[in-house]
Amino acid sequence: MTREQAPLHPFRRIASDFAESRIALAGLALLGLIMAVALLAPLISPQNPYDLAQLDILDSRLPPLAQSDGGKTYWLGTDDQGRDMLSGIFYGLRISVAVGVASTLAALAIGLGFGLLAAYFGGWVDTLVMRIVDIQLSFPSILIALILLALLGQGLDKIIVALVAVQWAYYARTVRGAALVERRKEYMEAAAGLALSHARIVFRHLLPNCLPPLIVVATVQVAAAIALEATLSFLGLGLPITEPSLGLLIANGYTYMLSGKYWISFYPGVALLATIVSINLVADQLRDVLNPRLQK
Amino acid sequence: MPVTIIRRLLQSLLVLFVMSLLVFAGVYAIGNPVDILVSPQADQAEIARATAALGLDRPLAAQYWVFLRQAAAGDLGRSFAFNVPAIQLILERMPATLELAIAAMLIAVVLGIPLGLWAGLAPDSIAGRTIMTGSILGFSLPTFWVGLMLIMVFSVWLGWLPSSGRGPTVELLGVPVSFLSREGLAHLLLPAANLALFKLALVIRLTRAGTREALLQDYVRYARAKGLSETRVVGVHVLKNILIPVVTVVGLEFGSLIAFAVVTESVFSWPGMGKLLIESINMLDRPVIVAYLCIVVTLFTVINLAVDLAYSLLDPRVRLSDAAT
Repeated sequence: MTREQAPLHPFRRIASDFAESRIALAGLALLGLIMAVALLAPLISPQNPYDLAQLDILDSRLPPLAQSDGGKTYWLGTDDQGRDMLSGIFYGLRISVAVGVASTLAALAIGLGFGLLAAYFGGWVDTLVMRIVDIQLSFPSILIALILLALLGQGLDKIIVALVAVQWAYYARTVRGAALVERRKEYMEAAAGLALSHARIVFRHLLPNCLPPLIVVATVQVAAAIALEATLSFLGLGLPITEPSLGLLIANGYTYMLSGKYWISFYPGVALLATIVSINLVADQLRDVLNPRLQK
Repeated sequence: MPVTIIRRLLQSLLVLFVMSLLVFAGVYAIGNPVDILVSPQADQAEIARATAALGLDRPLAAQYWVFLRQAAAGDLGRSFAFNVPAIQLILERMPATLELAIAAMLIAVVLGIPLGLWAGLAPDSIAGRTIMTGSILGFSLPTFWVGLMLIMVFSVWLGWLPSSGRGPTVELLGVPVSFLSREGLAHLLLPAANLALFKLALVIRLTRAGTREALLQDYVRYARAKGLSETRVVGVHVLKNILIPVVTVVGLEFGSLIAFAVVTESVFSWPGMGKLLIESINMLDRPVIVAYLCIVVTLFTVINLAVDLAYSLLDPRVRLSDAAT
């Protein structure tokens, strides 16, 4: 057998399939850029927007490309406190992405646990978990988040709890669906025949085979979580003013909108949109690449 | 059929009960509304009197029992802030929200089905691709930000449409509505378009997917083989079959429109239930929050039921399987 005939490593195959769509690659590049900006915000921002010593109130509400007295250029203008919008957006991205990713990972872990539990044990466990999932998913996520935040109050931890509560059901349902299909396969029978422990069967055999659909759902959900957090923060129910995510930046510009100062709300919105679109583009292509029915 | 309806109604009542319990217990935990309602200068006696007047000194279980008994009688408590029955406060705001949601749904369906059909019939044309790209954008755009941009462009820059409020209302069968006067319609247009955006994208995608699938079916090929005109094939054979999922989703999504109206109403200062909810959360006006949630959950239940019924009318197979159970 020659080397060429050896099957490609799964990651290599996924990577090469993914690269077939140019728009998905563009999305991935944009996403990479956004992630880099979010990670490196303190290093690359022209100013630290939350260091009051660096702010000059005389520079407040300057339009994009305006020059400060010190000769600095505010590429995207300044807000009502003389903050450089570009720096504010970099820091805001950092918070928005962190909240989105953290809540998605937590919801993934919880949903995964309940979904596997339901599928593996079946019976009343399955009925109970899935009935809760059904009821929860029959309500729009924003309503559930609103209820929880009305009850819990404001704060970074509170909004993550709300986002996790909104999302876990999607993972539970996805994982259960995948696990039910996998459970009937022969390798599962073989594993059970070998008298392996429940834990070993679930985590070493069942779980890895349920991952592909989960990855797709998780990618989409990061975008949904970021959008939901921005919406809730805009409504004044999400993050406190000390954690200025993109949603809060947009809300901050709302007041100045009617006097024509569009940039305070506009550019943070563009950053939010770019984040959501790039994640969705990547997720779209991942869905096709990871779908075994579409594999050549 | 009647058995299904009764079973579903019981299920819904259970959901409503659990919901009220959760909400009531949770809302109780967020703080003492007396602190907000009584002036900061009030002494202990005044605070105690206000607490007793609002029934806040009784144990939680007793408060819930009172709440439940009164809820069954249609009384969901009095608003702390406005001192009127909470349910009345919400019902007063409901027509505004419903008008907004219905207008948004109409926009989504009236534009979405033809655009989706077009994109489905000519998926590789420039028009088809443009429509699909637009719908992806519609999914990704954050609603509240689009609302702000609409105000920016149409109210501030162009000055064509008003940016906030409902405008003058006209009574229609005793319900105040905006759409009957020119001024009111102008106020309705921007918020409705904003709320419709997401659903428009959804209807386009559903219709397009349904059209592409239907075109491959034998009945369409057969209709073509019979020599029917393209208009008839598309208008009758294709459209009728894709309407089933579209009607279901449109119906189910109507509830979520009411929930998402919270955002649009806040952006456009539309005096509906959603704006009231946000104000009530900020003021810790518990009875109004609880009443809003109970009413919206009930509304959802009714909508889901109505969709199921409409579904079985449109698709005979649903009725058959229902009769078997």
